Amino acid sequence: MSETMIRAEDVHKRFGRLEVLKGIDLEVARGEVMCMLGPSGSGKSTFLRCINHLEKINAGRLYVDGELVGYRESGGKLHELPEREVIRKRAQIGMVFQHFNLFPHMTALENVCLAPIRVAGVPKDQARRRGRELLAQVGLADKLDTYPVALSGGQQQRVAIARALAMAPKLMLFDEPTSALDPELVGEVLDTMRHLAFDGMTMIVVTHEIGFAREVADTVVFMDAGRVVEQGKPAQVLDSPREERTQAFLWKVL
Amino acid sequence: METSERDERRTGRPEEIRAVPVRHPWRWVAALIVLLIAASFIRAVVTNTGPNRGFQWVWVGHYLFDHRILHGVLVTLYLTVLAMAIGIVLGIVLAVMRQSPNPIVSGASWLYIWFFRGTPLLVQLLFWYNLASLFPRLDLGIPFGPALIHGNANTIITTFVAALLGLGLNEGAYMAEVVRAGFLSVPEGQTEAAQSLGMSRLQIVRLVVLPQAMRVIIPPTGNETISMLKNTSLVSVIAYTELLYSAQTIYDANYKTIPLLIVASIWYLVMTSVAYVGQYFIERRYGRGFSRAQRATMRERWLTLGRGGEAVP
Repeated sequence: MSETMIRAEDVHKRFGRLEVLKGIDLEVARGEVMCMLGPSGSGKSTFLRCINHLEKINAGRLYVDGELVGYRESGGKLHELPEREVIRKRAQIGMVFQHFNLFPHMTALENVCLAPIRVAGVPKDQARRRGRELLAQVGLADKLDTYPVALSGGQQQRVAIARALAMAPKLMLFDEPTSALDPELVGEVLDTMRHLAFDGMTMIVVTHEIGFAREVADTVVFMDAGRVVEQGKPAQVLDSPREERTQAFLWKVL
Repeated sequence: METSERDERRTGRPEEIRAVPVRHPWRWVAALIVLLIAASFIRAVVTNTGPNRGFQWVWVGHYLFDHRILHGVLVTLYLTVLAMAIGIVLGIVLAVMRQSPNPIVSGASWLYIWFFRGTPLLVQLLFWYNLASLFPRLDLGIPFGPALIHGNANTIITTFVAALLGLGLNEGAYMAEVVRAGFLSVPEGQTEAAQSLGMSRLQIVRLVVLPQAMRVIIPPTGNETISMLKNTSLVSVIAYTELLYSAQTIYDANYKTIPLLIVASIWYLVMTSVAYVGQYFIERRYGRGFSRAQRATMRERWLTLGRGGEAVP
Protein backbone atom coordinates (compact mmCIF):
# COMPACT_ATOMS: atom_id res chain seq x y z
CA MET A 1 0.00 0.00 0.00
CA SER A 2 1.54 3.20 -1.11
CA GLU A 3 0.35 6.59 0.09
CA THR A 4 0.87 7.90 -3.42
CA MET A 5 -1.76 6.53 -5.77
CA ILE A 6 -0.37 7.98 -8.97
CA ARG A 7 3.06 9.27 -9.78
CA ALA A 8 3.90 10.55 -13.25
CA GLU A 9 7.50 11.37 -14.05
CA ASP A 10 8.15 13.18 -17.30
CA VAL A 11 5.46 11.21 -19.18
CA HIS A 12 5.53 11.59 -22.97
CA LYS A 13 2.99 10.28 -25.46
CA ARG A 14 3.14 10.52 -29.24
CA PHE A 15 0.56 9.60 -31.87
CA GLY A 16 2.74 9.18 -34.94
CA ARG A 17 4.60 12.47 -35.19
CA LEU A 18 2.17 14.37 -33.03
CA GLU A 19 3.37 14.70 -29.46
CA VAL A 20 0.31 14.87 -27.24
CA LEU A 21 1.99 14.70 -23.83
CA LYS A 22 5.26 16.59 -23.55
CA GLY A 23 6.51 15.64 -20.14
CA ILE A 24 3.87 15.37 -17.43
CA ASP A 25 4.93 15.39 -13.77
CA LEU A 26 2.12 14.77 -11.32
CA GLU A 27 1.33 13.15 -8.02
CA VAL A 28 -2.04 12.06 -6.69
CA ALA A 29 -2.28 10.88 -3.09
CA ARG A 30 -4.61 8.12 -1.90
CA GLY A 31 -8.05 9.59 -1.29
CA GLU A 32 -7.26 12.75 -3.23
CA VAL A 33 -9.59 14.25 -5.82
CA MET A 34 -7.78 15.88 -8.70
CA CYS A 35 -9.58 17.89 -11.36
CA MET A 36 -7.88 18.44 -14.68
CA LEU A 37 -8.87 21.49 -16.66
CA GLY A 38 -7.71 22.74 -19.99
CA PRO A 39 -8.73 23.36 -23.59
CA SER A 40 -9.60 20.37 -25.78
CA GLY A 41 -6.54 18.79 -27.33
CA SER A 42 -4.39 19.68 -24.35
CA GLY A 43 -3.80 16.00 -23.55
CA LYS A 44 -6.02 15.58 -20.45
CA SER A 45 -7.98 12.63 -21.79
CA THR A 46 -4.86 11.01 -23.23
CA PHE A 47 -3.17 11.20 -19.84
CA LEU A 48 -6.21 9.58 -18.25
CA ARG A 49 -6.14 6.76 -20.80
CA CYS A 50 -2.42 6.20 -20.16
CA ILE A 51 -3.17 5.55 -16.49
CA ASN A 52 -5.12 2.36 -17.22
CA HIS A 53 -2.92 1.51 -20.18
CA LEU A 54 -5.52 2.07 -22.88
CA GLU A 55 -2.62 4.04 -24.39
CA LYS A 56 1.07 3.20 -24.09
CA ILE A 57 3.40 5.97 -23.03
CA ASN A 58 6.52 6.60 -25.11
CA ALA A 59 8.84 7.98 -22.45
CA GLY A 60 8.98 8.67 -18.74
CA ARG A 61 7.57 6.62 -15.90
CA LEU A 62 3.99 6.24 -14.74
CA TYR A 63 3.22 4.50 -11.45
CA VAL A 64 -0.17 3.46 -10.07
CA ASP A 65 -0.15 2.41 -6.42
CA GLY A 66 3.62 2.09 -6.50
CA GLU A 67 3.70 -0.17 -9.58
CA LEU A 68 4.69 0.74 -13.12
CA VAL A 69 1.82 0.88 -15.60
CA GLY A 70 2.16 -1.73 -18.33
CA TYR A 71 5.77 -2.67 -17.53
CA ARG A 72 7.95 -4.43 -15.02
CA GLU A 73 11.38 -3.07 -14.22
CA SER A 74 14.18 -5.48 -13.47
CA GLY A 75 17.91 -5.32 -14.05
CA GLY A 76 17.62 -1.75 -15.25
CA LYS A 77 15.40 -2.84 -18.14
CA LEU A 78 11.67 -2.44 -18.82
CA HIS A 79 9.77 -5.60 -19.64
CA GLU A 80 6.32 -5.36 -21.20
CA LEU A 81 3.71 -6.97 -19.00
CA PRO A 82 1.77 -9.88 -20.50
CA GLU A 83 -1.79 -9.04 -21.49
CA ARG A 84 -3.14 -11.02 -18.56
CA GLU A 85 -1.30 -8.78 -16.09
CA VAL A 86 -2.36 -5.59 -17.84
CA ILE A 87 -5.97 -6.75 -17.68
CA ARG A 88 -5.70 -7.64 -14.00
CA LYS A 89 -4.43 -4.15 -13.17
CA ARG A 90 -7.00 -2.45 -15.35
CA ALA A 91 -9.77 -4.17 -13.44
CA GLN A 92 -8.67 -2.26 -10.32
CA ILE A 93 -9.16 1.11 -11.99
CA GLY A 94 -12.66 2.36 -12.73
CA MET A 95 -13.25 4.55 -15.77
CA VAL A 96 -16.23 6.69 -16.72
CA PHE A 97 -16.49 7.98 -20.28
CA GLN A 98 -17.89 11.12 -21.86
CA HIS A 99 -20.36 9.10 -23.92
CA PHE A 100 -21.20 6.62 -21.10
CA ASN A 101 -20.46 3.59 -23.31
CA LEU A 102 -23.06 1.44 -21.57
CA PHE A 103 -23.64 -1.93 -23.22
CA PRO A 104 -26.91 -1.31 -25.08
CA HIS A 105 -27.93 -4.97 -25.25
CA MET A 106 -27.99 -5.30 -21.47
CA THR A 107 -30.25 -3.85 -18.80
CA ALA A 108 -28.86 -1.43 -16.20
CA LEU A 109 -28.38 -4.26 -13.71
CA GLU A 110 -26.76 -6.54 -16.30
CA ASN A 111 -24.36 -3.73 -17.21
CA VAL A 112 -23.34 -3.39 -13.58
CA CYS A 113 -23.04 -7.15 -12.92
CA LEU A 114 -21.19 -8.20 -16.07
CA ALA A 115 -17.59 -7.54 -14.98
CA PRO A 116 -17.97 -8.77 -11.37
CA ILE A 117 -19.35 -12.07 -12.65
CA ARG A 118 -17.13 -12.57 -15.69
CA VAL A 119 -13.90 -10.91 -14.59
CA ALA A 120 -13.84 -11.06 -10.80
CA GLY A 121 -15.67 -14.38 -10.60
CA VAL A 122 -18.21 -13.22 -8.03
CA PRO A 123 -21.17 -15.65 -7.67
CA LYS A 124 -24.19 -14.49 -9.67
CA ASP A 125 -26.66 -13.83 -6.87
CA GLN A 126 -24.04 -12.03 -4.81
CA ALA A 127 -23.11 -9.83 -7.78
CA ARG A 128 -26.76 -9.04 -8.43
CA ARG A 129 -27.32 -8.09 -4.81
CA ARG A 130 -24.31 -5.78 -4.88
CA GLY A 131 -25.47 -4.42 -8.26
CA ARG A 132 -28.86 -3.50 -6.81
CA GLU A 133 -27.16 -1.76 -3.90
CA LEU A 134 -24.93 0.25 -6.20
CA LEU A 135 -27.78 1.28 -8.48
CA ALA A 136 -29.76 2.32 -5.42
CA GLN A 137 -26.74 4.32 -4.29
CA VAL A 138 -26.75 6.33 -7.53
CA GLY A 139 -30.51 6.80 -7.23
CA LEU A 140 -31.66 4.28 -9.83
CA ALA A 141 -33.24 1.58 -7.70
CA ASP A 142 -36.31 1.67 -9.95
CA LYS A 143 -34.38 1.28 -13.24
CA LEU A 144 -32.74 -2.11 -12.69
CA ASP A 145 -34.34 -3.81 -15.68
CA THR A 146 -34.35 -0.83 -18.01
CA TYR A 147 -32.24 -0.86 -21.16
CA PRO A 148 -29.87 2.12 -21.63
CA VAL A 149 -31.83 3.39 -24.65
CA ALA A 150 -34.78 4.14 -22.35
CA LEU A 151 -32.66 6.09 -19.83
CA SER A 152 -31.79 9.78 -19.91
CA GLY A 153 -28.17 10.81 -20.37
CA GLY A 154 -27.80 11.59 -16.69
CA GLN A 155 -29.27 8.23 -15.71
CA GLN A 156 -27.00 6.43 -18.18
CA GLN A 157 -23.94 8.14 -16.76
CA ARG A 158 -24.98 7.17 -13.23
CA VAL A 159 -25.35 3.54 -14.34
CA ALA A 160 -21.86 3.83 -15.87
CA ILE A 161 -20.50 5.06 -12.53
CA ALA A 162 -22.20 2.17 -10.72
CA ARG A 163 -20.76 -0.23 -13.31
CA ALA A 164 -17.24 1.05 -12.65
CA LEU A 165 -17.77 0.92 -8.86
CA ALA A 166 -18.96 -2.69 -9.05
CA MET A 167 -15.35 -3.81 -9.52
CA ALA A 168 -14.43 -2.10 -6.22
CA PRO A 169 -11.72 0.02 -7.87
CA LYS A 170 -9.00 1.73 -5.88
CA LEU A 171 -9.04 4.63 -8.28
CA MET A 172 -11.69 6.23 -10.49
CA LEU A 173 -10.98 8.07 -13.72
CA PHE A 174 -13.63 10.41 -15.14
CA ASP A 175 -13.21 11.54 -18.73
CA GLU A 176 -15.45 14.59 -19.14
CA PRO A 177 -18.36 12.78 -17.50
CA THR A 178 -20.85 15.63 -17.94
CA SER A 179 -19.79 17.08 -21.30
CA ALA A 180 -22.36 15.10 -23.30
CA LEU A 181 -25.27 15.89 -20.97
CA ASP A 182 -28.10 18.37 -21.20
CA PRO A 183 -27.40 21.21 -18.74
CA GLU A 184 -30.28 20.22 -16.47
CA LEU A 185 -28.91 16.67 -16.10
CA VAL A 186 -25.35 17.67 -15.16
CA GLY A 187 -26.28 18.20 -11.50
CA GLU A 188 -27.39 14.64 -10.78
CA VAL A 189 -24.13 13.18 -12.11
CA LEU A 190 -21.99 15.69 -10.21
CA ASP A 191 -23.96 14.87 -7.04
CA THR A 192 -23.12 11.21 -7.44
CA MET A 193 -19.44 12.06 -7.93
CA ARG A 194 -19.51 14.39 -4.93
CA HIS A 195 -20.77 11.53 -2.71
CA LEU A 196 -18.02 9.32 -4.04
CA ALA A 197 -15.38 11.92 -3.24
CA PHE A 198 -16.69 12.36 0.30
CA ASP A 199 -16.52 8.59 0.77
CA GLY A 200 -12.77 8.85 0.22
CA MET A 201 -12.43 7.54 -3.35
CA THR A 202 -9.28 8.58 -5.18
CA MET A 203 -10.49 10.36 -8.30
CA ILE A 204 -9.05 12.07 -11.33
CA VAL A 205 -11.70 14.10 -13.10
CA VAL A 206 -11.19 15.69 -16.49
CA THR A 207 -13.90 18.32 -16.57
CA HIS A 208 -15.05 21.76 -17.62
CA GLU A 209 -17.18 22.14 -14.48
CA ILE A 210 -15.27 24.86 -12.64
CA GLY A 211 -17.82 24.95 -9.82
CA PHE A 212 -17.40 21.24 -9.16
CA ALA A 213 -13.61 21.58 -9.21
CA ARG A 214 -13.72 24.47 -6.76
CA GLU A 215 -15.97 22.61 -4.34
CA VAL A 216 -14.77 19.01 -4.50
CA ALA A 217 -11.19 18.95 -5.77
CA ASP A 218 -8.18 18.80 -3.48
CA THR A 219 -5.94 19.72 -6.36
CA VAL A 220 -6.65 21.43 -9.66
CA VAL A 221 -4.35 20.92 -12.62
CA PHE A 222 -4.43 23.14 -15.65
CA MET A 223 -3.05 21.61 -18.83
CA ASP A 224 -2.32 23.17 -22.18
CA ALA A 225 -0.58 21.82 -25.28
CA GLY A 226 0.60 18.62 -23.59
CA ARG A 227 2.09 20.26 -20.50
CA VAL A 228 0.96 20.96 -16.97
CA VAL A 229 0.81 24.75 -16.88
CA GLU A 230 -0.25 25.16 -13.30
CA GLN A 231 -1.34 23.03 -10.36
CA GLY A 232 -2.34 23.66 -6.80
CA LYS A 233 -5.27 24.15 -4.44
CA PRO A 234 -8.52 25.04 -6.23
CA ALA A 235 -8.67 28.45 -4.60
CA GLN A 236 -5.18 29.25 -5.79
CA VAL A 237 -5.46 27.97 -9.38
CA LEU A 238 -9.03 29.05 -10.01
CA ASP A 239 -9.17 32.35 -8.17
CA SER A 240 -5.65 33.73 -8.41
CA PRO A 241 -3.89 31.89 -11.23
CA ARG A 242 -0.26 32.80 -11.70
CA GLU A 243 0.06 31.83 -15.35
CA GLU A 244 -1.31 34.00 -18.11
CA ARG A 245 -2.52 30.95 -20.06
CA THR A 246 -4.62 29.79 -17.08
CA GLN A 247 -6.08 33.24 -16.64
CA ALA A 248 -7.06 33.42 -20.30
CA PHE A 249 -8.74 30.00 -20.19
CA LEU A 250 -10.65 30.68 -16.99
CA TRP A 251 -11.76 34.04 -18.25
CA LYS A 252 -13.33 32.29 -21.25
CA VAL A 253 -15.11 29.48 -19.42
CA LEU A 254 -16.36 31.43 -16.41
CA MET B 1 -64.92 39.22 -23.71
CA GLU B 2 -63.17 37.95 -26.80
CA THR B 3 -61.12 35.51 -24.75
CA SER B 4 -64.14 33.97 -23.11
CA GLU B 5 -65.80 33.59 -26.47
CA ARG B 6 -62.73 31.85 -27.84
CA ASP B 7 -62.57 29.58 -24.79
CA GLU B 8 -66.17 28.64 -25.35
CA ARG B 9 -65.46 27.67 -28.91
CA ARG B 10 -62.50 25.59 -27.76
CA THR B 11 -64.45 23.55 -25.23
CA GLY B 12 -66.73 22.22 -27.97
CA ARG B 13 -65.35 19.61 -30.34
CA PRO B 14 -64.16 21.24 -33.59
CA GLU B 15 -65.92 20.23 -36.77
CA GLU B 16 -64.31 17.25 -38.57
CA ILE B 17 -62.58 18.23 -41.81
CA ARG B 18 -64.35 16.91 -44.88
CA ALA B 19 -62.32 18.15 -47.83
CA VAL B 20 -62.62 17.04 -51.45
CA PRO B 21 -59.65 14.69 -52.01
CA VAL B 22 -57.06 15.40 -54.70
CA ARG B 23 -57.54 13.21 -57.77
CA HIS B 24 -54.68 10.94 -58.88
CA PRO B 25 -55.48 9.94 -62.48
CA TRP B 26 -51.97 8.59 -63.19
CA ARG B 27 -52.30 6.07 -60.40
CA TRP B 28 -55.25 4.55 -62.25
CA VAL B 29 -53.30 4.44 -65.49
CA ALA B 30 -50.31 2.77 -63.85
CA ALA B 31 -52.52 0.22 -62.11
CA LEU B 32 -54.27 -0.56 -65.40
CA ILE B 33 -50.97 -1.18 -67.21
CA VAL B 34 -49.70 -3.49 -64.48
CA LEU B 35 -52.98 -5.45 -64.39
CA LEU B 36 -52.93 -5.80 -68.17
CA ILE B 37 -49.42 -7.26 -68.17
CA ALA B 38 -50.29 -9.59 -65.31
CA ALA B 39 -53.46 -10.78 -67.06
CA SER B 40 -51.67 -11.59 -70.30
CA PHE B 41 -48.99 -13.42 -68.34
CA ILE B 42 -51.58 -15.51 -66.50
CA ARG B 43 -53.37 -16.22 -69.77
CA ALA B 44 -50.12 -17.51 -71.28
CA VAL B 45 -49.60 -19.80 -68.31
CA VAL B 46 -53.15 -21.13 -68.12
CA THR B 47 -53.81 -21.67 -71.83
CA ASN B 48 -50.45 -23.31 -72.57
CA THR B 49 -51.69 -26.85 -72.01
CA GLY B 50 -52.06 -30.10 -73.83
CA PRO B 51 -50.69 -33.63 -73.69
CA ASN B 52 -46.89 -33.51 -73.29
CA ARG B 53 -46.55 -29.81 -73.95
CA GLY B 54 -46.94 -26.59 -71.99
CA PHE B 55 -46.87 -26.47 -68.23
CA GLN B 56 -48.76 -29.73 -67.68
CA TRP B 57 -50.11 -28.71 -64.27
CA VAL B 58 -51.53 -32.17 -63.75
CA TRP B 59 -48.04 -33.60 -63.63
CA VAL B 60 -46.95 -30.83 -61.26
CA GLY B 61 -49.65 -31.99 -58.87
CA HIS B 62 -48.71 -35.58 -59.45
CA TYR B 63 -45.04 -35.13 -58.54
CA LEU B 64 -45.31 -32.39 -55.91
CA PHE B 65 -45.40 -34.92 -53.07
CA ASP B 66 -43.51 -37.74 -54.79
CA HIS B 67 -41.31 -39.48 -52.19
CA ARG B 68 -38.14 -38.88 -54.26
CA ILE B 69 -38.92 -35.14 -54.38
CA LEU B 70 -39.68 -35.02 -50.66
CA HIS B 71 -36.41 -36.79 -49.98
CA GLY B 72 -34.65 -34.18 -52.14
CA VAL B 73 -36.31 -31.40 -50.14
CA LEU B 74 -35.07 -32.94 -46.92
CA VAL B 75 -31.53 -33.30 -48.25
CA THR B 76 -31.54 -29.71 -49.49
CA LEU B 77 -32.67 -28.56 -46.07
CA TYR B 78 -30.02 -30.33 -44.07
CA LEU B 79 -27.31 -29.54 -46.58
CA THR B 80 -28.28 -25.86 -46.19
CA VAL B 81 -28.30 -26.03 -42.40
CA LEU B 82 -24.95 -27.85 -42.19
CA ALA B 83 -23.23 -25.70 -44.80
CA MET B 84 -24.50 -22.50 -43.15
CA ALA B 85 -23.35 -23.77 -39.75
CA ILE B 86 -19.86 -24.35 -41.15
CA GLY B 87 -20.01 -20.98 -42.93
CA ILE B 88 -21.07 -19.03 -39.85
CA VAL B 89 -18.53 -20.59 -37.49
CA LEU B 90 -15.79 -20.21 -40.10
CA GLY B 91 -16.93 -16.65 -40.79
CA ILE B 92 -16.66 -15.66 -37.14
CA VAL B 93 -13.23 -17.27 -36.83
CA LEU B 94 -12.01 -15.55 -40.00
CA ALA B 95 -13.41 -12.19 -38.91
CA VAL B 96 -11.71 -12.44 -35.51
CA MET B 97 -8.48 -13.51 -37.25
CA ARG B 98 -8.76 -10.56 -39.59
CA GLN B 99 -8.69 -8.21 -36.57
CA SER B 100 -5.68 -9.91 -35.01
CA PRO B 101 -2.60 -7.74 -34.40
CA ASN B 102 -0.54 -10.66 -35.78
CA PRO B 103 0.03 -9.87 -39.51
CA ILE B 104 0.43 -13.55 -40.45
CA VAL B 105 -2.91 -14.44 -38.85
CA SER B 106 -4.82 -11.52 -40.36
CA GLY B 107 -3.04 -12.06 -43.69
CA ALA B 108 -4.10 -15.70 -43.76
CA SER B 109 -7.70 -14.65 -43.23
CA TRP B 110 -7.43 -12.12 -46.04
CA LEU B 111 -5.92 -14.72 -48.38
CA TYR B 112 -8.66 -17.24 -47.61
CA ILE B 113 -11.40 -14.73 -48.31
CA TRP B 114 -9.65 -13.57 -51.48
CA PHE B 115 -9.38 -17.12 -52.82
CA PHE B 116 -12.83 -18.44 -51.97
CA ARG B 117 -14.67 -15.33 -53.09
CA GLY B 118 -12.56 -15.04 -56.20
CA THR B 119 -13.30 -18.45 -57.72
CA PRO B 120 -16.74 -19.74 -58.79
CA LEU B 121 -18.56 -21.98 -56.34
CA LEU B 122 -19.22 -24.44 -59.15
CA VAL B 123 -15.49 -24.79 -59.81
CA GLN B 124 -14.80 -25.25 -56.10
CA LEU B 125 -17.41 -28.01 -55.89
CA LEU B 126 -15.85 -29.82 -58.85
CA PHE B 127 -12.42 -29.46 -57.26
CA TRP B 128 -13.54 -31.03 -53.99
CA TYR B 129 -15.28 -33.80 -55.92
CA ASN B 130 -12.11 -34.55 -57.86
CA LEU B 131 -9.77 -34.17 -54.92
CA ALA B 132 -8.95 -37.87 -55.01
CA SER B 133 -7.23 -37.52 -58.37
CA LEU B 134 -5.03 -34.76 -56.89
CA PHE B 135 -4.29 -36.34 -53.51
CA PRO B 136 -5.08 -40.07 -53.62
CA ARG B 137 -4.09 -40.42 -49.97
CA LEU B 138 -5.08 -38.02 -47.22
CA ASP B 139 -3.03 -37.74 -44.04
CA LEU B 140 -3.94 -35.95 -40.87
CA GLY B 141 -1.08 -35.36 -38.47
CA ILE B 142 1.80 -33.09 -37.56
CA PRO B 143 2.85 -30.89 -40.51
CA PHE B 144 6.04 -32.37 -42.06
CA GLY B 145 5.88 -34.99 -39.29
CA PRO B 146 4.25 -38.38 -38.92
CA ALA B 147 0.63 -38.80 -39.92
CA LEU B 148 -1.78 -39.79 -37.18
CA ILE B 149 -4.76 -40.65 -39.34
CA HIS B 150 -4.64 -41.47 -43.01
CA GLY B 151 -6.98 -42.91 -45.55
CA ASN B 152 -8.00 -43.21 -49.15
CA ALA B 153 -9.31 -39.91 -50.52
CA ASN B 154 -12.00 -41.70 -52.48
CA THR B 155 -13.52 -43.16 -49.35
CA ILE B 156 -13.21 -39.97 -47.28
CA ILE B 157 -14.42 -37.48 -49.87
CA THR B 158 -17.85 -38.87 -50.68
CA THR B 159 -20.20 -36.74 -52.75
CA PHE B 160 -21.77 -35.61 -49.48
CA VAL B 161 -18.45 -34.49 -47.99
CA ALA B 162 -17.48 -32.79 -51.27
CA ALA B 163 -20.82 -30.97 -51.36
CA LEU B 164 -20.58 -29.91 -47.73
CA LEU B 165 -16.96 -28.77 -48.00
CA GLY B 166 -17.61 -26.89 -51.23
CA LEU B 167 -20.66 -25.05 -49.94
CA GLY B 168 -19.44 -24.53 -46.36
CA LEU B 169 -15.90 -23.32 -47.08
CA ASN B 170 -17.17 -20.95 -49.77
CA GLU B 171 -19.85 -19.61 -47.45
CA GLY B 172 -17.23 -19.04 -44.74
CA ALA B 173 -15.52 -16.45 -46.92
CA TYR B 174 -18.75 -14.53 -47.48
CA MET B 175 -19.84 -14.82 -43.85
CA ALA B 176 -16.43 -13.52 -42.74
CA GLU B 177 -17.16 -10.23 -44.51
CA VAL B 178 -20.68 -10.12 -43.06
CA VAL B 179 -19.35 -10.69 -39.54
CA ARG B 180 -16.57 -8.15 -40.06
CA ALA B 181 -19.13 -5.53 -41.12
CA GLY B 182 -21.00 -6.36 -37.91
CA PHE B 183 -17.87 -5.91 -35.80
CA LEU B 184 -17.13 -2.58 -37.46
CA SER B 185 -20.66 -1.38 -36.68
CA VAL B 186 -20.02 -1.58 -32.92
CA PRO B 187 -18.58 1.72 -31.66
CA GLU B 188 -15.01 1.63 -30.33
CA GLY B 189 -16.21 3.02 -27.01
CA GLN B 190 -17.84 -0.34 -26.31
CA THR B 191 -14.52 -2.13 -26.54
CA GLU B 192 -12.83 0.53 -24.42
CA ALA B 193 -15.48 0.35 -21.72
CA ALA B 194 -15.12 -3.44 -21.63
CA GLN B 195 -11.32 -3.13 -21.52
CA SER B 196 -11.49 -0.67 -18.67
CA LEU B 197 -13.54 -3.23 -16.74
CA GLY B 198 -10.71 -5.72 -17.12
CA MET B 199 -12.26 -8.00 -19.73
CA SER B 200 -10.00 -10.08 -21.98
CA ARG B 201 -9.99 -9.78 -25.76
CA LEU B 202 -11.99 -12.98 -26.15
CA GLN B 203 -14.53 -11.98 -23.50
CA ILE B 204 -15.00 -8.63 -25.21
CA VAL B 205 -15.76 -10.30 -28.54
CA ARG B 206 -18.08 -12.87 -27.00
CA LEU B 207 -19.98 -10.77 -24.46
CA VAL B 208 -19.90 -7.22 -25.81
CA VAL B 209 -19.08 -6.94 -29.51
CA LEU B 210 -20.69 -10.03 -31.03
CA PRO B 211 -24.13 -9.66 -29.36
CA GLN B 212 -24.32 -6.09 -30.65
CA ALA B 213 -22.90 -6.98 -34.05
CA MET B 214 -25.63 -9.64 -34.41
CA ARG B 215 -28.18 -6.93 -35.14
CA VAL B 216 -26.16 -5.97 -38.21
CA ILE B 217 -25.11 -9.54 -39.04
CA ILE B 218 -28.58 -11.16 -39.05
CA PRO B 219 -30.22 -9.56 -42.12
CA PRO B 220 -27.36 -10.36 -44.53
CA THR B 221 -27.08 -13.82 -42.94
CA GLY B 222 -30.75 -14.40 -43.76
CA ASN B 223 -29.89 -13.32 -47.25
CA GLU B 224 -26.96 -15.76 -47.34
CA THR B 225 -29.19 -18.58 -46.07
CA ILE B 226 -31.69 -17.96 -48.84
CA SER B 227 -28.85 -17.92 -51.37
CA MET B 228 -27.54 -21.14 -49.87
CA LEU B 229 -30.95 -22.86 -50.15
CA LYS B 230 -30.75 -22.26 -53.88
CA ASN B 231 -27.00 -22.75 -54.26
CA THR B 232 -27.37 -26.31 -52.95
CA SER B 233 -28.85 -27.04 -56.39
CA LEU B 234 -25.31 -26.62 -57.76
CA VAL B 235 -24.24 -29.86 -56.10
CA SER B 236 -26.44 -31.70 -58.61
CA VAL B 237 -23.41 -31.41 -60.94
CA ILE B 238 -21.48 -33.79 -58.70
CA ALA B 239 -24.50 -36.14 -58.70
CA TYR B 240 -25.48 -35.53 -55.10
CA THR B 241 -29.18 -36.28 -54.69
CA GLU B 242 -30.69 -33.04 -53.47
CA LEU B 243 -33.96 -31.50 -54.66
CA LEU B 244 -32.90 -30.48 -58.18
CA TYR B 245 -31.03 -33.73 -58.82
CA SER B 246 -34.11 -35.71 -57.68
CA ALA B 247 -36.23 -33.78 -60.14
CA GLN B 248 -33.64 -34.32 -62.88
CA THR B 249 -33.52 -38.10 -62.33
CA ILE B 250 -37.28 -38.24 -62.71
CA TYR B 251 -37.50 -36.14 -65.88
CA ASP B 252 -34.49 -37.90 -67.42
CA ALA B 253 -36.65 -41.01 -67.36
CA ASN B 254 -40.05 -39.62 -68.37
CA TYR B 255 -39.22 -36.33 -70.16
CA LYS B 256 -41.65 -34.32 -68.00
CA THR B 257 -38.98 -31.63 -67.75
CA ILE B 258 -41.09 -28.50 -67.25
CA PRO B 259 -43.52 -29.89 -64.63
CA LEU B 260 -40.64 -31.23 -62.55
CA LEU B 261 -38.73 -27.96 -62.74
CA ILE B 262 -41.91 -26.28 -61.53
CA VAL B 263 -42.18 -28.78 -58.68
CA ALA B 264 -38.60 -28.02 -57.65
CA SER B 265 -39.24 -24.25 -57.88
CA ILE B 266 -42.35 -24.52 -55.72
CA TRP B 267 -40.36 -26.30 -53.02
CA TYR B 268 -37.51 -23.79 -53.20
CA LEU B 269 -40.08 -21.00 -52.78
CA VAL B 270 -41.66 -22.74 -49.80
CA MET B 271 -38.28 -23.18 -48.11
CA THR B 272 -37.13 -19.59 -48.71
CA SER B 273 -40.48 -18.31 -47.41
CA VAL B 274 -39.99 -20.26 -44.19
CA ALA B 275 -36.49 -18.76 -43.94
CA TYR B 276 -38.05 -15.27 -44.17
CA VAL B 277 -40.26 -15.97 -41.19
CA GLY B 278 -37.36 -17.34 -39.17
CA GLN B 279 -35.30 -14.26 -39.96
CA TYR B 280 -38.07 -11.97 -38.71
CA PHE B 281 -38.10 -13.62 -35.29
CA ILE B 282 -34.32 -13.73 -34.94
CA GLU B 283 -34.07 -10.04 -35.88
CA ARG B 284 -36.59 -9.17 -33.20
CA ARG B 285 -34.60 -11.12 -30.60
CA TYR B 286 -31.36 -9.25 -31.32
CA GLY B 287 -33.04 -5.87 -31.63
CA ARG B 288 -33.38 -5.80 -27.83
CA GLY B 289 -32.16 -2.58 -26.26
CA PHE B 290 -31.77 -0.76 -29.54
CA SER B 291 -35.09 0.74 -30.43
CA ARG B 292 -37.09 2.62 -27.86
CA ALA B 293 -39.64 3.61 -30.49
CA GLN B 294 -40.42 0.03 -31.47
CA ARG B 295 -41.03 -0.95 -27.88
CA ALA B 296 -43.30 2.03 -27.29
CA THR B 297 -45.39 1.48 -30.38
CA MET B 298 -45.86 -2.18 -29.53
CA ARG B 299 -47.17 -1.16 -26.15
CA GLU B 300 -49.15 1.68 -27.62
CA ARG B 301 -50.81 -0.56 -30.15
CA TRP B 302 -51.75 -3.01 -27.46
CA LEU B 303 -53.15 -0.30 -25.21
CA THR B 304 -55.06 1.42 -27.97
CA LEU B 305 -56.58 -1.93 -28.83
CA GLY B 306 -57.80 -2.28 -25.28
CA ARG B 307 -58.95 1.26 -24.68
CA GLY B 308 -60.26 2.16 -28.07
CA GLY B 309 -57.86 4.74 -29.46
CA GLU B 310 -56.99 6.70 -26.39
CA ALA B 311 -53.69 8.56 -26.49
CA VAL B 312 -50.95 6.95 -24.43
CA PRO B 313 -48.39 9.17 -22.65
